[in-house]
Amino acid sequence: MNALAPITGEQVPAAVSRFVVPAIRCAGCIAKIENGLSGKPGILSSRVNFSTKQVAISHLPEWGDDQLRREIEALGFEAQVLADNPLAEERGSTDRLIRALAVAGFGMMNIMLLSVSVWSGAAGVTRDLFHWLSALIAIPVIAYSGRPFFASAAMALRYGRTNMDVPISIGILLATGLSLYETATGGSHAYFDGAVMLLFFLLAGRVLDGMMRDRAREGIGALLRQTATGAMVFTEDGSTRWMAARDLRPGMKMMVAAGESLAADGVIESGSSHFDCALMTGESEAQPAGKGDRALAGTLNLSAPVVVRVTASGEDTSIADIARLMDEAGQRRSLYVRIADRAARFYAPAVHSLALLAFGYWMLAGAGWHQSLLIAVAVLIITCPCALGLAVPAAQVVASGALLRKGVMVKDGSALERLAEADHVLFDKTGTLTLGHPRPVNLDTLSPTQKQIALALAQASRHPVSKGIRTGLLALAIEPATLEDIREQPGQGMTARWNGVSVALGRPEKSEDHLSCQLTVGPDSVILQLHDEIRPDAAEAIATLRALGLPASILSGDNIASVSKVARALGLTGQASASPQDKVDAITRLTAGGHRVLMVGDGLNDGPALAAAHVSIAPGSASDVGQQAADAVFTSESLMPVALAIRVARRTGRIVHQNFALAIGYNICAVPLALTGMVTPLVAAIAMSLSSLIVVGNALRLNGAAR
Amino acid sequence: MSGLAILIPVALLMGLLGLAVFFWAMRHDQFEDLDGAAQRILIEDEDRP
Repeated sequence: MNALAPITGEQVPAAVSRFVVPAIRCAGCIAKIENGLSGKPGILSSRVNFSTKQVAISHLPEWGDDQLRREIEALGFEAQVLADNPLAEERGSTDRLIRALAVAGFGMMNIMLLSVSVWSGAAGVTRDLFHWLSALIAIPVIAYSGRPFFASAAMALRYGRTNMDVPISIGILLATGLSLYETATGGSHAYFDGAVMLLFFLLAGRVLDGMMRDRAREGIGALLRQTATGAMVFTEDGSTRWMAARDLRPGMKMMVAAGESLAADGVIESGSSHFDCALMTGESEAQPAGKGDRALAGTLNLSAPVVVRVTASGEDTSIADIARLMDEAGQRRSLYVRIADRAARFYAPAVHSLALLAFGYWMLAGAGWHQSLLIAVAVLIITCPCALGLAVPAAQVVASGALLRKGVMVKDGSALERLAEADHVLFDKTGTLTLGHPRPVNLDTLSPTQKQIALALAQASRHPVSKGIRTGLLALAIEPATLEDIREQPGQGMTARWNGVSVALGRPEKSEDHLSCQLTVGPDSVILQLHDEIRPDAAEAIATLRALGLPASILSGDNIASVSKVARALGLTGQASASPQDKVDAITRLTAGGHRVLMVGDGLNDGPALAAAHVSIAPGSASDVGQQAADAVFTSESLMPVALAIRVARRTGRIVHQNFALAIGYNICAVPLALTGMVTPLVAAIAMSLSSLIVVGNALRLNGAAR
Repeated sequence: MSGLAILIPVALLMGLLGLAVFFWAMRHDQFEDLDGAAQRILIEDEDRP
């Protein structure tokens, strides 16, 4: 259903732009967007991806991203330009694993078909033929599907270490080589089926792990917004020109309109305005700034256009400083070793020495090298680390799927493991304990007509206060009034005419409080109060966390007055006016005291703290930096998902430990059989698939964990 | 035995065919938007030629 417009004239290379449109909910939306865009000249095709809520538009170069965004908004959908998703780099690795899994599955089924006939009593020429056919299928399949394991094992060996892939690779290669020798000499046992089956189960584990990571990445990618990527810059002849952020140089003058965010650090040359620094400092009150004041990249200009002289750009901005701090903080976390890898440290040498001992014993006992090698291979195959390779990812995928349905995206398995270990929680204030954007609190005082007018006026503006009023009114299912002659005066507000009466929504005449707003209809006027409210069930969520053994406290960059207000309301202790470095130091102190800290925060200034904490969660409204630094992102307005994530993570940990116990129990039964040489290919196949099914079945119990 | 000479190649070829179709589907992004595909059957586009 690609909507293709006829291409006329010479061929021009088409550009592709991607947009996030979160409001796509049904087939009607798909049709509306695709058909609405297809008629426009210069738009070649548009394609909606429903799963990721994205629209890809192929267009001629004369269309700018901003124009296209307005086209989508004209169709009635809020849209954001999607920057190249920095998280999507490793996407291809899961595809490769899925291909390897498909090939291994094909090989396993066909070899099993032949093996079953051998086990049912095929003998002589028929058995040899079937063994040769198995070899013919197994060798290319192992060469193709085994690469992820061989590559990783080779890498580990090159650095003189051992990981789980080393015994797997040795087991598979030995089993294949020995089976080939058996086949050539007309022997009765070939382990091709065992080797391929082992590959299949282990690949299934890897694919599950990769799919979980991709799913969270896609979800978070859809939330990432493009911050100011450039600015209108005055050229020498006095005209203005759009320049990308990376081309900005100190000394340039940029024009920043109300509602735009700054692309570089600078000093205000002319004009005065209010700046929303919530992302940078956590400060919820807008900061007034005039001529000569510093303005930082990433802050949002609220009320009036200003001219800013660039003092630092790109790598030198304060945003880049935060990014550097984050890099340093994040290195500590990379020292974390996942449970499966920790187990593998003991498991791999144990399996190796067991197989070696069995080989040595049977050699001394005079069984001959052929028989001894056969037993050693049986030991390697039977100790197949299915619990490590399959059960742990399966449990984590099921748990993260359950959490995803509740609106929590967990980035990878290690995040779940670390969540289960957390024992202290630190909250940022603005945007984390509070909603982060102002909401009107006295809408009840308005008459229905006033509400309709207010909505119509608020819809036409991009000011945060207007957005808050719009969200509040839309929640009451108000229909906007029809207005004429709508105008926005930067810094003052919106004016329009309604049935011949002049109406306005703007800054109150008397109050200096920037968060209140005055609605005027003819001679009457009403003041709308807006507050950045505490999330609806923050108190319950904090109580639940305490019951789970996680005491909470506040760590905010905001001033002490606003922090203590929230701290009192929630009964928490807090630290105010903390710089990004202070936040990291606070976490380091707690960590040194033996705590495992869970950081919940959203702003740019929380980035380093999110990276430094043992584990971190960010709300979906967080800055891009916050979402990328956090281990998990929750999309709801409630704070409950934080407590839920802890509970599910702990249950997952319990299931993983049960699976280890099952695997060890299975090995205690099966290894003696292998050591005494009683494991035929048939026994190996049954034992392996049975143990895998049991641990996966146990993992599936997590499906209802998030209820 | 003569039956095997036909049946085994047939079984293998059918398996390979399935594998090839799966690879084709992966390369052509057939699994990109599964929810969208389910929704698209509901779109009425009779106004198209």
